Amino acid sequence: MENLNLVLPEIFISISIMFLLILGVFKNDSSKITFNLSLFAILITTIITINETFSVTRETLFNESVVIDSMSSLMKIITLIGGFIVLVISSTYLKTFKMHNIEYPVLILSSILGMMIMISSNDLIVFYMGLELQSLALYVLATYNRDQLKSSEAGLKYFVLSALSSGLLLYGCSLVYGFSGSTNFDIISNQLNSEEYVLTFGIVFILVGLAFKISAVPFHMWAPDVYEGSPTTVTLFFTIVPKIAALTVFIRFLYVPFLNLIDQWQMIIIFLSIASMVFGAVAAIGQTNIKRLIAYSSIGHIGYTLAGLATVSNEGIQSSIIYISIYVIMNLALFSCLLMLRRKDQYYEDIEDLSGLSKNHPLLSLCLLVILFSLAGIPPLAGFFAKFYVFTAVLEQSMFFLAIVGLLSTVVAAFYYLRIIKIIYFDKEKDKYDTDHSLWLKFSLTVSTILILLYFIFPSQLIEVVSRINII
Amino acid sequence: MNFPILSSLILLPTIGALFLFFIKEKEGNNSTIKYVALFTTVVNFLISIYLWIAFDQSTSSFQFIEDRTWIKGFINYKVGVDGVSILFIILTTFITPLCIISVNNSIKNRLRDFLIAILIMESFMIGVFSAVDLVVFYLFFEAGLIPMFLIIGIWGGARRVYSAFKFFLYTLLGSVLMLVAIISIYWITGTTDVVQLYEIGIDVKYQNLLWLAFFSSFAVKTPMWPVHTWLPDAHVEAPTAGSVLLAAILLKMAGYGFIRFSLGLFPVASEVFTPLIYTLSVIAIIFTSLIALMQEDMKKLIAYSSVAHMGFVTLGIFTLQQQGIEGSIIQMISHGLVSAALFLTVGVVYDRMHSRLISTYGGLVSVIPKYSILFMLFALASLGLPGTSGFIGEFLILMGAFKDNFLVAVIASIGVILGAAYMLWLYKRVVFGKLLNEDLKKILDLNRSEYFILSCLAAPILFFGFYPDPLIKTIEVSVTDLINMHNTNIASK
Repeated sequence: MENLNLVLPEIFISISIMFLLILGVFKNDSSKITFNLSLFAILITTIITINETFSVTRETLFNESVVIDSMSSLMKIITLIGGFIVLVISSTYLKTFKMHNIEYPVLILSSILGMMIMISSNDLIVFYMGLELQSLALYVLATYNRDQLKSSEAGLKYFVLSALSSGLLLYGCSLVYGFSGSTNFDIISNQLNSEEYVLTFGIVFILVGLAFKISAVPFHMWAPDVYEGSPTTVTLFFTIVPKIAALTVFIRFLYVPFLNLIDQWQMIIIFLSIASMVFGAVAAIGQTNIKRLIAYSSIGHIGYTLAGLATVSNEGIQSSIIYISIYVIMNLALFSCLLMLRRKDQYYEDIEDLSGLSKNHPLLSLCLLVILFSLAGIPPLAGFFAKFYVFTAVLEQSMFFLAIVGLLSTVVAAFYYLRIIKIIYFDKEKDKYDTDHSLWLKFSLTVSTILILLYFIFPSQLIEVVSRINII
Repeated sequence: MNFPILSSLILLPTIGALFLFFIKEKEGNNSTIKYVALFTTVVNFLISIYLWIAFDQSTSSFQFIEDRTWIKGFINYKVGVDGVSILFIILTTFITPLCIISVNNSIKNRLRDFLIAILIMESFMIGVFSAVDLVVFYLFFEAGLIPMFLIIGIWGGARRVYSAFKFFLYTLLGSVLMLVAIISIYWITGTTDVVQLYEIGIDVKYQNLLWLAFFSSFAVKTPMWPVHTWLPDAHVEAPTAGSVLLAAILLKMAGYGFIRFSLGLFPVASEVFTPLIYTLSVIAIIFTSLIALMQEDMKKLIAYSSVAHMGFVTLGIFTLQQQGIEGSIIQMISHGLVSAALFLTVGVVYDRMHSRLISTYGGLVSVIPKYSILFMLFALASLGLPGTSGFIGEFLILMGAFKDNFLVAVIASIGVILGAAYMLWLYKRVVFGKLLNEDLKKILDLNRSEYFILSCLAAPILFFGFYPDPLIKTIEVSVTDLINMHNTNIASK
């Protein structure tokens, strides 16, 4: 009998989803209770994950098609915590747009379930199943504000492009299966060797599909439109949670089945990384909408995480995971600020709307200041350390070109972050925004800002947790 | 001895800033806010004086060392002082309270935020001078950009946004290469601890590239020709206190970095690149002095004179002679005092007339005599008249330069003459001449706080001009050992 305890988080969250759906059918006006129950479910799942799997070094289940190791546990925990905070801070926004109904939390939960399956997958089929589950939920979430043209457009765009990339991914999977005769990652890893050049096609197709999911250049085209069109809380969800899952899968693919084919994929990753860093920095300069700007900035940040992956070393992988964790905190903080820009039931999302914010809302502006400087990677804030670890790993492998291009693009990126700071601090003030924010929103902003600000005092803890991840 | 005196020096201003953060900003609170800030910085100054007294001048090794694990197995938080760095720390703690006193008239809005920025800036600057680990140094070095960006951007003049961006991006661009070099040093040697690096040394084949990477950062910060163009903009647009901090302390970070890191870590490369530094320094001295002659804006003139003076400093450092390096350090300290004083003197008349143009003034001596006397003292100190601290620095640098390279020394000496030319001409146009502008007749002479600040600056300028012994004694052993280390390194390679 398999040790089902290890997949208890997934089992629990699936049962919760079904329960919530049944509850929604039988109880009238159940939006509030579903919302709270789903929060509760995520919380319990997080606790179970921490308890059951966090200390596991490496276990496989179901004919080795599911793997539980320190990376999967850590990434699941980050996913769950991210999902929890996203859900908890979005309630005011949802109420404003009359989107506070039972489907929303259920969709979020199903996509989280999909991501957890992705994170744990050790098999092409299991991986694809998880991927599709999360994608389907995300398509619906993108169109959630269906009265708005932009939201529908975002959902449709996301659906079409994502389906295309899934097709490429599947095609790649089938090629890999054809060469190796198995869908299991470990077996594939043993079967493949670099002699077979046609296999490169398979790898390229899979990498393209994955690059699309994390929106790395040149497969990023969907991101700005989808981010701008989706409801802000969904954008927040898009920018952090699926990225964590996709990154884990990326790491898993590169370092388990394709480990022997480093020569073939390393250049691709370096290219994706450099292209994302440079393009993310340059394209963000001209943006006027904050959500679009965040889309480009997240493309840039994905570039830095990929730089860590390109190193083919445990330190590199660890630095990428540290990077994405810090990035998650920074994005949570940034979106908490964005959700506070509300005046009489209307949300503002243009950069110009931040003009002179520091005069009327000094504390909010201070938080934004910290977050933006951190995103720009200026010490002593957390964002600097994220970059520092990545480039330490990159330079360990003597990849000077990657490091110098990456650091130079931080200078370009600094420009558009500074532009926002300039607008907040140096420009003329506008009308006041409402200040009656939900407690959770304030809480999430305060905690994440303090974490960013004071990260430099205790940098070892995060490293210690992450250093248990040894893939190679 | 176990008391973490350097960390408390670094932390105290930040704690003061935290206090200010909790004081509500309104009309009546302005004086409270100022007193809290002033109190913090004065206490910090006293601690640093204690540091100087307790400092052992007979050794060149680092003292008051604190060494804590910071990022496990990777980087230690390590601070300490030696003869080279201690004077800069004292300069920082000395200038900052004066800046805070000087904000009386110039800063109208958001005084609290301004003082918070200045205090945090002080923390970072002391951190830069006391760091004995490359990563810690980089951290403080870069972090200083944030408060300075805000100081220029929020409280600056008309073109403040442009200047703030230029300042920030220029310096950041220079620094990222230094970060690459620092991490590379870690992978080459396995440590970023400066003390250990001095002992191990860095393989010659890497030195040239690493030196250039550090140089790219320090050259922008110094600033050396041709990457000096951010400085006049930043100086002109920054509020007086910001200009003072920028000129007096921020520019010294790079000179300090050259001595501590470029010379100390890369001795062979320093020899290789000496001609480059000489060329750039000489160009800076002559070229920017000529530009300074042409300026119509007082602050801009002083900014260009800073570039010229820092040209002397880089020249002195790379003579690799005892006199040259000692001269450079003294020149930096002296320039810190003199340029601060000059910016404050400009600030005094600017507060009254709201114009920095030289043509606005003329004949001030008959209206505000006290001011004119102090201004004269600072102008003379700036051009290096014997009896002022400016003379000691320039003289030692030129002595070192003559030992090393006659031609460079001769050209640099011409720079001294040009320096006298633009300073005296400035003084003549502002203070002497006919009093043509009617508005000038109404202005008042120095008030008590201005008088106090300027005398505070005048005293050490004169004192060290006549008796530079305390300064030289403090730095002597460290510089001697640095040069010995340098020579043994060169000889062994």
